[in-house]
Amino acid sequence: MDKLFDVELTLKLLELPFVVTALVVAAVLGLLAGVLGPLIVSRNMAFSVHGTAELALTGGAAALLLGWDIGNGALAGAIVAALVLGLLSRRSSDYDSVIGVVLAFGLGLGVLMLWLYKGRSSNKFGLLTGQIVGQDFASVALLSGCAVVVLGLLAALYRPLLFASVDPEVAKARGIPVTGLAIVFAVMVGAATALGVRTVGSLLVLALMVTPAAAACRITASPLKATLLAVLFAEVSAVGGIILSLAPGTPVSAFVTAISFLIYLACWAISRTRRTSTTPA
Amino acid sequence: MTEARGRTATAAVSLSGARLSYGDRTLWDGLDLDVQPGEFVAVLGPNGSGKTSLMRVLLGQQKLSAGTVRVAGAAPGRGNRNIGYIPQQRALDPTVAVRGRDLVGLGYDGHRWGLGIGGIRERRRRVDAALDAVGATAYADRPVGLLSGGEQQRLRVAQALVGEPEVLLCDEPLLSLDLAHQRAVSTLIDARRRDAGSAVLFVTHEINPVLPLVDRVLYLVDGRFRIGPPEQVMTSETLSELYGTEIAVVRVRGQIHIVGAHSDLCEDGAHHTEQLLER
Repeated sequence: MDKLFDVELTLKLLELPFVVTALVVAAVLGLLAGVLGPLIVSRNMAFSVHGTAELALTGGAAALLLGWDIGNGALAGAIVAALVLGLLSRRSSDYDSVIGVVLAFGLGLGVLMLWLYKGRSSNKFGLLTGQIVGQDFASVALLSGCAVVVLGLLAALYRPLLFASVDPEVAKARGIPVTGLAIVFAVMVGAATALGVRTVGSLLVLALMVTPAAAACRITASPLKATLLAVLFAEVSAVGGIILSLAPGTPVSAFVTAISFLIYLACWAISRTRRTSTTPA
Repeated sequence: MTEARGRTATAAVSLSGARLSYGDRTLWDGLDLDVQPGEFVAVLGPNGSGKTSLMRVLLGQQKLSAGTVRVAGAAPGRGNRNIGYIPQQRALDPTVAVRGRDLVGLGYDGHRWGLGIGGIRERRRRVDAALDAVGATAYADRPVGLLSGGEQQRLRVAQALVGEPEVLLCDEPLLSLDLAHQRAVSTLIDARRRDAGSAVLFVTHEINPVLPLVDRVLYLVDGRFRIGPPEQVMTSETLSELYGTEIAVVRVRGQIHIVGAHSDLCEDGAHHTEQLLER
């Protein structure tokens, strides 16, 4: 841990191609998480993101066992999970319990498949805590392709999606396909989550998908500003987390979560002081 | 037939021979109603009489079992821009990151695809004008979740009016507001139909706050209904007939009080919630 502030070592490691690749991956992921995050927070979907991430792990475990590409497996698992969660929970009152039920079963399956897998155990651990260093060209291409599709879809659907997220009743009355959008959005979140699983791991994907946006929503109510801040916070957490982890050689996720949590705490403190100072006596 | 067509062509809302039934239960049948531009029609009736279902039919969320319906010149369906909708006040989630002006902006172009960067200046002008018209400019930049029910409901009116609708559908918009805000909100709706000739269909279980504004009443009870000016419909005789039991309508200081019908006629929010759960 005493190597944390070894700037020289960090700079040296930053020149390595696989580190550069990792930074690119983190930057793309931060952008995706940042733009999706405020909508996730508005829709109260944090738990659903968590469930999707766990099921991405199940997909990844299945791929590992079958000898397929883990990234594709995680992506498939997350999208199936998103579809199931999107289709099953039409009523919000049983939303959480449905996620709990599906998540527990999926995670159980994942554990079984990891136990059945007889290969390198670091592959197993990687699914839980991420393996951002060691991304190959194929995974970068997959990530970038997914990012372009998700960003394009989001740009096309943004206004109706925001409407359906913050004001579903009136949105429905205005003829917006609220249920259809919920499913499309769940799939977009599933894709982004699956990509997060590969880098920060399924256990910590919330740190990128939810925490930066939750922090941003604490200090602004403007959807545009919230999105810009969420992207900024997610980038600082993801890229900053990797750079800090280089010299000590610690898992990336530890720093990513720590940074995003600190940002959240700061935003929470700002919102507290603001609210007490503006509340009329 | 030609006469009927000519009549419905100018009507903002037109129902003819409309029936709505769920299974073997008929909510209403043979409903003919033409609402003219600028007209204010109050829809009254006890729980489960089909007031909210009528609203859903007009919004295109529910299909008629029989008959025809046209709203703002088209069959009800997805996203008619000429329809404004004001729901009953329900607290918005305080964690939702939107300001008052965003809520109103969604009423302007929230149904459109794309980011809408091109029309951003016009959007801002229209949203500012709508906020100003309802007196919400002062709190337009505050998070909606932190506003009072009355302030939120003013924003709802601005949200519905910013699209300059020909037809304004209001589903219990005064529910859970105090008297001052009830008056403010109903005055804003009234101003719109007077200035711009929007037709107003106003579902309510309490006629008194809007009584001076109402041109006609549609009173629904157990599949029976009556349409006419309040002084004709809101009488002991008519309501006794509709309810099939002895009802006394008492007018006190310009207000109407109904004695003898079961408790759903009285003012309280709970039963409307039941009605919502029913559907």
